[in-house]
Amino acid sequence: MKELVVLSGKGGTGKTTIVGSFAALAKDKVLTDCDVDAADLHLLLQTETVLTNEFWGGKTVYIDRKRCTKCGLCTDVCRYSAISNDYEVDPISCEGCGFCFNVCPADAIEIKENMAGHWFVSNTKYGLLVHAKLGIAQENSGKLVATVRQNARALAKEKNIDLIISDGPPGIGCPVISSLSGANLALLVTEPTLSGIHDLERVIGTCQHFGVPAVVCINKYDINEENSRVIEGNCKRLGAEVISKIPFDNVVTEALVHGVPVIEYSDGKVSKQIAKLWIQTEKTL
Amino acid sequence: MIVSVASGKGGTGKTLIATSLAISLGKDVQLLDCDVEEPDAHIFLKPEIKRSETASIPVPQVDESKCTYCRKCVEACAFHAIAVLADHILVFPELCHGCGACSYLCPENAISEVDRPIGVVETGIAGDIDFVHGKLNIGEAMAPPLIRAVKKKLDRSKTVIIDVPPGTSCPVVESIEGSDYCLLVTEPTPFGLNDLVLAVEVVRKLGIPFGVIINRAGFGDTKTEEYCACENIPILLSIPLDTEIAKLYSRGITLVQGMPEWRPKFQQIYDDIVNHMRIKT
Repeated sequence: MKELVVLSGKGGTGKTTIVGSFAALAKDKVLTDCDVDAADLHLLLQTETVLTNEFWGGKTVYIDRKRCTKCGLCTDVCRYSAISNDYEVDPISCEGCGFCFNVCPADAIEIKENMAGHWFVSNTKYGLLVHAKLGIAQENSGKLVATVRQNARALAKEKNIDLIISDGPPGIGCPVISSLSGANLALLVTEPTLSGIHDLERVIGTCQHFGVPAVVCINKYDINEENSRVIEGNCKRLGAEVISKIPFDNVVTEALVHGVPVIEYSDGKVSKQIAKLWIQTEKTL
Repeated sequence: MIVSVASGKGGTGKTLIATSLAISLGKDVQLLDCDVEEPDAHIFLKPEIKRSETASIPVPQVDESKCTYCRKCVEACAFHAIAVLADHILVFPELCHGCGACSYLCPENAISEVDRPIGVVETGIAGDIDFVHGKLNIGEAMAPPLIRAVKKKLDRSKTVIIDVPPGTSCPVVESIEGSDYCLLVTEPTPFGLNDLVLAVEVVRKLGIPFGVIINRAGFGDTKTEEYCACENIPILLSIPLDTEIAKLYSRGITLVQGMPEWRPKFQQIYDDIVNHMRIKT
């Protein structure tokens, strides 16, 4: 089984646009949306959710006011300033470490697991999609990403499907690492802006750190062709091949407003480049 | 006053807004770039970095000559960062959240704490702006402790602008918590709106007053305006889709420096926020 993950470092470079079109182009695959904070892929795929599961992750403590002797030990040991001087727990600051629970001499602290979100299996026009919604302001996005990927793998195995395509989150931290680890190939989507150049180098470094081969696609390459050349030079130096350059076209936004992958909406220059990109990506895989 | 600039979706223009707002306010401004995974504000503000400090998490170091393998630390650790295998103890520093429970609870005093670097906090000056950002080490998962380290530099005597990472989870909450006002930047597309609704849920949960800025206005649909009207959310600024603006951005030039006619509009945003806060109190 092969796993392709689409990442970018910088947000808004076009990851979901490309994965949406790959969904239409790739034959047998399971799709995942690993951007569990702000999942958008389902908006392009006409989904019908067939399975909804609770995601339990992370813990929060609760103080039993009747038992509490107000000794102050819990507030002293907490390094996250999550317990106020009048023994109120701030669930947002609470890291769920349980230090307070372990030291409370009055047995007044309870530690409970949080229902931190949901994950779903949906039928789409293009095959199965495993996606998720992290609860608002919750932790453990990395663990939820791992849950999404595990279930996608199980589904692929069950249905004898050899390919998983994942839409990844922006950044280089916890959920990105969780999306990337063990994947066969990372496709990095960037844009020719100084921010794009800067962020791409950091995400290439992250792929190399975790031993995942990376290839690069420059989206909207013609908004600054000089910067696009800089990206090509940097990628050569860093050992990540630029396999595609997609021009800017408002048709991408039009397709998005219509809720369909751009490749199904237009047969213009953007769609042609994405089709080529898919062939190249499949070959690299 | 602390104003954070956030968005659910990435790439909507947070850094564009945060940097132009900081420049437009003139003196006594501090900008904190809390997007420690991909910090970009320095590209636009070009600060002279004066100090660089390593940010770390305290992780356990076990003195095996004292350890009796009683497993108290293993039971205390909520993050599975410490394990005992027969008569050997293993620490997984990258899983440790630095809570300190293991060293405190060890009955043999066998655990001390050592600092594990996770990134750097750099401080400097960009014109009249005090500049602070964090850079997470490559391969490092935990952004929130570094964001906390960046926010320790917050100077309440100034107007503080915080550039927030994308999303709705812990790094976002860590960045915007304690703000007096939050600007949510979006774009008028179904993706932008879907993620704006999530971002609104976050700021409402935190009880922070907020308003919306629509970037690349006029090219998608009108559903964002309809949503804001329906929810009674003020739209403080619309920036049209304009290739000139996109070109300036691609070259690392702030909007108000490339097109000075925008400066009064950013000053107006700040005045609107101040007025809003005055009415509220």
